[in-house]
Amino acid sequence: MPRSANFWRMALPAIAVVIFLVGWSAYVRTAEVSAFVLPTPEAIAVALGQLILDPKLWYHARITVTEAVSGFAIAVTLGTVLGFLMARFPPVEWAAKPFIVLLQLVPKIALAPLFILWFGFGLESKIVIAAALAFFPVFSNALIAFKSVDPGDSDVMTMLQANAAQRFVMLELPNALPVVLTGMEVSVVMSMIGAIVGEFIGGSEGLGYLAVKYLQELSVPNLFAVVVVLTLVGLCLYLLIGRLRAWLAPWHAASAASH
Amino acid sequence: MNHDVDITPAEIDIRGLTKIFGEGPQAVTAISRADLDLDRGAFISLLGPSGCGKTTLLRVVAGLEAPSEGNVSIRGLPVWRGRKRSRKATRPVSMMFQEARLFPWYSVAENVALPLRITGMSKSDRMARAHEICATVGLKGFENHRPAQLSGGMRQRASLARALVTDPQVLLLDEPFGALDAMTRDTLNLELMEVCARARVTTILVTHSIAEAAFLSDRVVVLAPRPARITNVVEIPFARPRTLDLQRSTAFQDIVADLRTQLTEGHDA
Repeated sequence: MPRSANFWRMALPAIAVVIFLVGWSAYVRTAEVSAFVLPTPEAIAVALGQLILDPKLWYHARITVTEAVSGFAIAVTLGTVLGFLMARFPPVEWAAKPFIVLLQLVPKIALAPLFILWFGFGLESKIVIAAALAFFPVFSNALIAFKSVDPGDSDVMTMLQANAAQRFVMLELPNALPVVLTGMEVSVVMSMIGAIVGEFIGGSEGLGYLAVKYLQELSVPNLFAVVVVLTLVGLCLYLLIGRLRAWLAPWHAASAASH
Repeated sequence: MNHDVDITPAEIDIRGLTKIFGEGPQAVTAISRADLDLDRGAFISLLGPSGCGKTTLLRVVAGLEAPSEGNVSIRGLPVWRGRKRSRKATRPVSMMFQEARLFPWYSVAENVALPLRITGMSKSDRMARAHEICATVGLKGFENHRPAQLSGGMRQRASLARALVTDPQVLLLDEPFGALDAMTRDTLNLELMEVCARARVTTILVTHSIAEAAFLSDRVVVLAPRPARITNVVEIPFARPRTLDLQRSTAFQDIVADLRTQLTEGHDA
């Protein structure tokens, strides 16, 4: 088999990862780094293996996913509806603008303790934090997407005597969908961050809580293992949105592939 | 053939039409005091260089651009009531644009059926009709393709099918085949001419191609820029149906030469 460019495209990332892991392991062993600070990748792999077999992990993972997905759903609904209303009715945008700008500038993470105060230590506060973080990517993309209807396409609908509802269903919504979905890809990651931060600050369940607990127990390999699990969960959610895009906006996926 | 004694009002009646964009010193007169009338089944072209207001004139007729002065009537109904477009007057009108303007989220057949969907026709009826009309414009076998999978010529065929699917009485064409190669353009023009003649569709074509205007039209309306206005209306006397051979005749060449002279003079004035 010839060593084609294609082969190296597949092989190089794998080789790079292996070199990184071997280098990491060698560094920890030779430099005598404390295992409390930086465990070897082998130790993390062992911890991860034990954790995955532990039903406790899946209980906590379910909690975090529930919080993130609920927050995400709220963010997508609110962001899309508000984005559409502001794009369609300029007075709504004028009135909402100061609040939007303010909310955008406030570091939402800093509001997290406040949300715990308002909504308690249960799931609700984490859902609100997740929603707060996930809102803007969807909202700002929806606002731009609903504003960017091509005037020429709009002329077509005018000539066809389309009413407002028909315009929305046949032009504005499908036109906005790919851009809104791009916002959702960012949002879903933000909602995971929101849920985890909420669990850090105040909670007794969820993967964020688990990470804090392992930190207090100085069980660093387990802490790393939780981070790996969190990454995998985030990746799954991200890929899910990708599937959703391929299903809802196949024309966009097709055109992206051909360009 | 356009001089039949006819007691019905003109199919399209353009009176004192002026369109000014902007205000004050920045104001640009896109078209000034245009008068035109078309009988049913007439095919006229608006011919002129860019900036002569031909597209603006067409867009006012279509109800897409409100006139500053004057008005347009289609089958006796005014298109404009102040700055408000009349849905009733523009109902029998179909328009084709420079770009195909197909929606990428729909298949070719769904795009073609879109005007019928908007009128509320059932899915099975409108799809059947879309397939029928796709076949007549040479899109058979492409009904389930996405617009992005079609060539430019095929896309304009689909756009033509969408314009014809409602059996319009008035067809407004804004250089629809301008971006296509000469051969595709000839083929589509011939098909267009045949459809318009068969259904007695009243047609206004905007073009900057002298030969195209002379070949397709009963009358060619010559426009000039700065100030944008109609400078002349030239009768094209050739009998129908016309074939591509007509373009090689001396009579045709003479008319093309005459139109060219008029365009240059209008430009210099």
